[in-house]
Amino acid sequence: MGNNPYSPHTEADRAAMLERVGVRDIDELLGAIPNDARHPKLGIGPGLSELEVQAHLERIAKLNTTAGSGPFFIGGSIQRRYIPAAVPVLALRGEFLTAYTPYQPEVSQGTLQATFEYQSLMAELLAMEVVNSSMYDGSSATAEAAFMAVRVTGRHKVIVATEVDFTYRRTLRTYGRGPELEIIEVPTAKLASSAEGAACLIVQHPDAFGSLVDVRQIADAAHAAGALCVQVTEPHANALLEPPGALGVDIAVGEGQPLGITMSYGGPHLGIFACRESLVRQMPGRIAGQTLDANGTRGFVNTLQTREQHIRREKATSNICTNEALAAITAAVYLSLLGPEGLRAAARAGVARAHKLANRLAALPGCAIANDGPFFDRFTLRTEMGGWDLRNALIARGIQVEATASHYYAGAKQTGKEPAQANAKPYVGGRREGRDDVIVQCTELTTEADADALVDAVAQLTRSGETVAAR
Amino acid sequence: MSVRTQTIPDVGAKTPVPALEPLLFELARPGRSGRHVVSHDAADIPAAFQRKAPLRLPELTEPQVVRHYTHLAQLNYSVDTGMYPLGSCTMKYNPKVNDRVASLFADLHPRQSYRTTQGVLALAYEIEQMLAKITGMDFVSLQPQAGAQSEFTALLVFKAYHAKRGEAATRRRIIVPDSAHGTNPASAAMCGYQVTTVKSDARGNVDLDALRSALGPDVAGFMLTNPNTLGLFEERVRDVCDAVHAAGALVYGDGANMNALLGVARPGDLGFDCVHINVHKTFSTPHGAGGPGAGPLCVKAHLRPFLPKPWIVREADGSYHYDTAREDREPAGLGDSIGTIKQRLGNFGVLVRAYTYMKTLGEEGMVETGRDAILAANYLLALLRPAYDLAYDRPPMHEFVISAAKQKKQGASALDVSKALLDEGFHSPTVYFPLIVPEAMMIEPTETEPRETLDAFAAAMLRIAERVKTNPAAVRDAPRSTPLRRLDEVTAARKPVLRYAVPGVAGAE
Repeated sequence: MGNNPYSPHTEADRAAMLERVGVRDIDELLGAIPNDARHPKLGIGPGLSELEVQAHLERIAKLNTTAGSGPFFIGGSIQRRYIPAAVPVLALRGEFLTAYTPYQPEVSQGTLQATFEYQSLMAELLAMEVVNSSMYDGSSATAEAAFMAVRVTGRHKVIVATEVDFTYRRTLRTYGRGPELEIIEVPTAKLASSAEGAACLIVQHPDAFGSLVDVRQIADAAHAAGALCVQVTEPHANALLEPPGALGVDIAVGEGQPLGITMSYGGPHLGIFACRESLVRQMPGRIAGQTLDANGTRGFVNTLQTREQHIRREKATSNICTNEALAAITAAVYLSLLGPEGLRAAARAGVARAHKLANRLAALPGCAIANDGPFFDRFTLRTEMGGWDLRNALIARGIQVEATASHYYAGAKQTGKEPAQANAKPYVGGRREGRDDVIVQCTELTTEADADALVDAVAQLTRSGETVAAR
Repeated sequence: MSVRTQTIPDVGAKTPVPALEPLLFELARPGRSGRHVVSHDAADIPAAFQRKAPLRLPELTEPQVVRHYTHLAQLNYSVDTGMYPLGSCTMKYNPKVNDRVASLFADLHPRQSYRTTQGVLALAYEIEQMLAKITGMDFVSLQPQAGAQSEFTALLVFKAYHAKRGEAATRRRIIVPDSAHGTNPASAAMCGYQVTTVKSDARGNVDLDALRSALGPDVAGFMLTNPNTLGLFEERVRDVCDAVHAAGALVYGDGANMNALLGVARPGDLGFDCVHINVHKTFSTPHGAGGPGAGPLCVKAHLRPFLPKPWIVREADGSYHYDTAREDREPAGLGDSIGTIKQRLGNFGVLVRAYTYMKTLGEEGMVETGRDAILAANYLLALLRPAYDLAYDRPPMHEFVISAAKQKKQGASALDVSKALLDEGFHSPTVYFPLIVPEAMMIEPTETEPRETLDAFAAAMLRIAERVKTNPAAVRDAPRSTPLRRLDEVTAARKPVLRYAVPGVAGAE
C-alpha cells in the first residue's frame, strides 16, 4: 500500500483478495514467467509526491522559451492562434477526456454526436462530402491519402509537390517504403504535366511558403490522367479561400491543430481527412453515422466498420485504431464558438497582418519577398543573409522565426526577386546550394509591436551583415 | 436540461437518464454569435481565389455552446464516471496532475530551435531512458503517435534491417497469432507484407509446432502480444523467440498489455527485439474518447540504426540538440534510418503526462501497479467463475476472457449480457474478442478499482447470469436505462448519413 498513490488496495484488501483467489502470494500467479526474468531492478528512482512532481516539471519547463514570451512568427501547418476560454473547459471535461472509443453507443452518445458534428462542420468548411472522425495529424493523413489513392487507382506512383510541407513529404516517403511506392517530387508548377500513370497528385494550398496555388487546374490534369487530386489544406484558409470541394479535389487532408488545439511541441494534434462520397468505402479511420435506436429515436454510431482493422484485419483500409477524437471534439467546440464570422475574422487578421508586414519588410534595403505570386497569411522573406543566419540572429534578439533550409525544399520554385544590392556585403556563412529564406507566419495573435520588433531587427541585421556562428 | 427518471423493471432502482441533445445546427440561429475574435482588417486575396461556396457553420452564443457540450458530456460514460473494464484497453484512472503539467509545455512550436526548447529535449531524453529501463530495451523512438503507428514503424524497421542484410526481397511474410489484435495483420499488410496466422494451443499459448512449421527463410518477423489477448503469459516465450530468431526473423512485442508487466517482467529480458508502449493504457494518459495516444517504440541495439530520425543528442555539458536537422547545417543524412514518422517527438503533450505518471510511481509504485493489476484480474475472475465459462483455465495476468456460451444457449448472447451491464451502471467489457473464444467477454479491471467496485461489478454480472436463466428476453431487451436503446447499426452502414444536411444546400441529403 502506498507506493502507487492511485491504487486503492489496503493490505487487508489484498489479503482478502488473495484468499478468494486461493493463493498466499501474488507470486504464485506468476508461474508462467521465467524465474530469472521476474521483478527486475528498473533503476528509475523513487516515486514523488504530487507537489514534488509539479515542481520538478515546472523547473524543466522553465528551460524553454515559450512562443508567447516574445514576437513569434513560426507557423506553417501548426499555428499559434487564440483559443477561447470555453474551449478547454468543455473539451477537457472528464466525460470526454477519460472515455474510450465509443464501443457501446448507448452510453457514448456524447462522443458520437460531437464527432458527427465535427464531421458536419468540417465537411461544410471544406465543402467536401465526407469527413472521417480524425487521423493522427496532417502528415499521416497525407500519407494515408496517398495509400487510399493507390487502392482506388491500382497504380503505385505518387506525385507530390516540392512546395508541400517538408515534414509531410518526409512522412509520406517513410510510409511509402512499406508498400514500396514510387514517390516523385516535382515543383507545383510541374504537377499537372506529371500526372500520367500516377495514383494521385498531392498539392498544398496555400503552400508551405504561403503562396496561393491554382488547384483546379491540377485537379483537372489529375482527372484527365485517371489520377486523384489530393489537397493539403489549412482550416482557417478555407474561411476565405475557395475550399477543396469547390476545386475538384478528391481527397482533402490537413492539420486541424489551429482549431483551438495547443501546439504542445507537435502533438497531440488533429489529422483532417475528407473525400468524395463515392470513395468512402476506401477511406481510412473511424466515421460516425446517424441512425435510429430501437424506439425510433435518432442516435449516432461508428459506421462503415467493415473498412477497419478490428473487423477486416489484413484487408482493412488502414491499421489506424486510436485516433485523435478529443482533438476533433476540441475543433468542433472551437468552430461552434467562433461561428462563420469569427473564423473569417481570425483568418482575415492573419492575412492582413502578413501583407502589411511583408510590405514593410520589402521596403527595407536588401530585403525582398520571395513568393512568386499572391500569398495568404505567411510569406517568404529573402535577405542577403542566409535564412538560417537571419533566424539565429533573430532568436538571439528574442524573435522566433522559421528558416526554410534549401535542402528541405530542393527544387521548389520560389525564385521571387533577388534583394536589391544597395547595402550588399559579402555573405559569409554556411549557406549551401540554393537559397535559405525565412518564413513569416501571421495570425490574429500577431501584434503591431511584434511586427515593429521584426522590422527593426531585420533592418539592423541586414545593415550590419551580422552573422551568428553556426552551432 | 431535463432529466428523465425511469424505473427499470429488472434493475429496480430509479435511474436518472440524461435527455438527448439537439445538434449544434438545430440550435443555431442566423445572427447569433460570440465575440471571441474580432477583426476589422481587410484581407487582400485575388478574386479568383476567394471563397464563393457558402459557409454555413452554425451561429451560436457561448452560453448555448457551453450547455450543448455539457449536455453531450453527460451522455458519456467515462473513467471519471465509473469502472470501465474494457479488456486490452487498460482504462485505469487518469491522474489530474498529469494534465496540468502538460499545459506547461502547451505553448511551444515543434519548429522552434533547440536553443529555445532545452526543457523539451531534456524531458524527452529522460522519457526515452525511463522507457528503455522499464521495457529492458536499449533505445526508444518517441515519434509514433499510437500503438498501430508504432507497429507500422517497427515493421518498416524490420524491412530496413533485412534490406541491410540483403534479404529484403526474400523476407516477405509476417506471422501473427490467431489471438492478435486486428492492428497487427493490418499493419503488416500496410507495410507490404503477406500475413500468416498461426493457431493457439490448448493452454492459450502460441502453438509452437505450428509456429515452427510456418517459419522459414521468407519470414521477416513474428508479432506477439504478451500477455496475450487472453490475458495469459506465453508459457514458452523464450522458445518462441528462439524459434523465430533461428529462422533469421525478428520478434515484435505488441505492448498493449504491458500493464501486467510493469515492474514484473521486461520484454527485453524475454527475447523480444522490440516492443511498443501504449502510454494511454499503461502510463495512465487519458484516451480522449478514442484518442490521442502515443506509441513509443523501444528496441534492442541491433535495430537502433533503423529508428526514425531525428534523434536527441546529449552533450557533455548537459545541453541537447537533434542529430539531424542540426538546424543550420546539412543533415548528416538518414543513414540506415527509415526516415520520419512524425516530426520531432510525436505526441509530446501525451508523453509529458506519461512522464509525470512514471515519476509519481517510481520504482516501487511501478512494481505495485503490475502486481495489483494481476491481483485484481484474478480476484474478479474468481468471483465470476461460478456463473461463466472460462476458455483457458490457468491464472491470468492483468485481464481474462470468459465466455457467455452457456448464457447464449439459455437465450442471451455476450452482446446481450454486455448491454444488460449498462443497465447495471457499468461499462461493458470488450466483447467478441479475441476471435478464438466463442461469445468472448474480455475483462480488465486495472489496479485502480477498489475491491468494493470489483465486488459490485461481479454481483451485477452474476445477477445478469441469473436473469438469463429466468428471463432471457429481458436481457435481450437491454439496455433500457440508457439515453438511447440499442442502435440500428445495419441501417447506419447500408444508408450512411455521415454529416448533418444543411437545409437548402445542393448535394446534402
